[in-house]
Amino acid sequence: MSDTPIPISTTLRSPAAAETAPRSASEAAPASKISVRDLSFFYGEHQALYHNDVEIAPSTVTAIIGPSGCGKSTHIRAYNRIFELYGKDRATGAVLLDGENVLGPDVDVIELRRKVGMIFQKPTVFPQSVFENVAYGLRIHFRLSRAEMAERVEKALRAAALWDEVRDKLSQPGAALSGGQQQRLCMARALAVEPEVLLMDEPTSAIDPVATAKIEDTVQDLKASYTIVIVTHNMQQAARISDYTAFFYGGRVVEFGPTRQIFTKPNQRQTEDYITGRFG
Amino acid sequence: MKRRSRELRKLKDLLVKLCSMGAALTGIVFLFWILSEVAIRGGSALNWALVTETPPPPGGTGGGVAPAILGTVYMMALGALLGVPPGLLTGVYLSEFARGNRFGAIVRFMINMMMGVPSIIMGLFVYAVLVLTLGHFSGYAGGVALALLILPIVARTTEDMLALVPNTLRESALALGAARWRVTIGVVFRSAQSGLLTGVLLAVARVSGETAPLLFTSLNSPYWPQSLNQPTANLTTTIFNFAMSPYHSWQATAWGASLLITAAVLLVTILTRLMLQGSKR
Repeated sequence: MSDTPIPISTTLRSPAAAETAPRSASEAAPASKISVRDLSFFYGEHQALYHNDVEIAPSTVTAIIGPSGCGKSTHIRAYNRIFELYGKDRATGAVLLDGENVLGPDVDVIELRRKVGMIFQKPTVFPQSVFENVAYGLRIHFRLSRAEMAERVEKALRAAALWDEVRDKLSQPGAALSGGQQQRLCMARALAVEPEVLLMDEPTSAIDPVATAKIEDTVQDLKASYTIVIVTHNMQQAARISDYTAFFYGGRVVEFGPTRQIFTKPNQRQTEDYITGRFG
Repeated sequence: MKRRSRELRKLKDLLVKLCSMGAALTGIVFLFWILSEVAIRGGSALNWALVTETPPPPGGTGGGVAPAILGTVYMMALGALLGVPPGLLTGVYLSEFARGNRFGAIVRFMINMMMGVPSIIMGLFVYAVLVLTLGHFSGYAGGVALALLILPIVARTTEDMLALVPNTLRESALALGAARWRVTIGVVFRSAQSGLLTGVLLAVARVSGETAPLLFTSLNSPYWPQSLNQPTANLTTTIFNFAMSPYHSWQATAWGASLLITAAVLLVTILTRLMLQGSKR
């Protein structure tokens, strides 16, 4: 962080509401969209996560903050089992999505990933047209007529606040858009399959401030219908857009609670040190 | 403490620079020497008959290498048909499914070995397996020998090209619920498209200049190729035979054929270069 401390409480979005409701894991459990229970993660021999417990309420934005290499991304990559691309990595414990453990052996991973969408750090536009990028997921999961397809692509692009900018460019290659537009195209692509949860892994770290602001606005609009978990390096961003914040350090969840509480009166010394910029 | 001399450092720097530049220039000089020799000697043998007529009789004048051009094209097509698909699939296996697994490492090692096998050994192998069992030389055997040379090159370049596709792209497709085969074909292949095509074309261009694998397989023939089930005329063996002959007219024809094959390989190489540049934009 920078040397000058930024009065982070002034950027907090939700004022008193969250403050009055301190949550403990047991209290919130029944209402949780996602319950992470004792999640540990191993990259081959190396353990990256230790006994993570997190409860994520539906229709909220949860930010995950912490220094580089603390396991933030690793943590959310267990939610959609995307880590399975690499053979030797494994997760233990449970990630309950609506009460069902997504790490279980009988889970239909394809359906899981429809329900749990993901946005990555850098825009990952496929080498296809704007339209085909958004249609990619739809073609996997649904059999749609041409008209239905066009309708759902438009809806997804609108949800990602991109429609007005690309409505005349649908047949152009996705790679021709600007970086910020590409990232929103990726959001539209993820939203098109109508997920319930949206995981965002440092979605604005590779794009400029104006585009970042647009994405943050979009996140606020999406909150009503989706449960959003966002990993971010940017603490102002966490303070601006999230309802809950988890602070990770060394693969452990050091503190988890309402964002306002984490940023104004954290219970843990480590959290306070990180937030005030003393390390990290 | 004594400071190191600045002049000495600069001198060493200059020396290394000159040496490496000299070495690079030597290579280029030879390339241009070869090209100019082929162009001058081949150019004088170049005429319409060279690409339209059958070879002249020993000592005779005129004629050309048209059957050999056709035979080479046929056998290269057969070789590409047999060698490229398994090569591509092997590359896909190595890059997409065998990252860090033991069997993949073994396959990768074998492919490297196969690439290092001298082409004449490939020819001998096909001679033993196909020519001896069938009882005669044939264009088919030639095509198979070329395929065996093409396969490992395509496998290697395919793996290399697919490895250049960033993992985040695979992850994004998987994260949308795409199955592995869909990710490979729809996203990874599409991203690496121009690289894959380049790999295939370069492999074909490289192998098209091979003589040794054809010597014992397709042999050669002065006649138009009627069927690939008989000895088949081809450019490289024709060059070999004609160049070694005592007849001046044959030697001239060999130079002409050399120019043709060099120009073709050069053209393919330049075309793929241009294609790669075009796709990068």
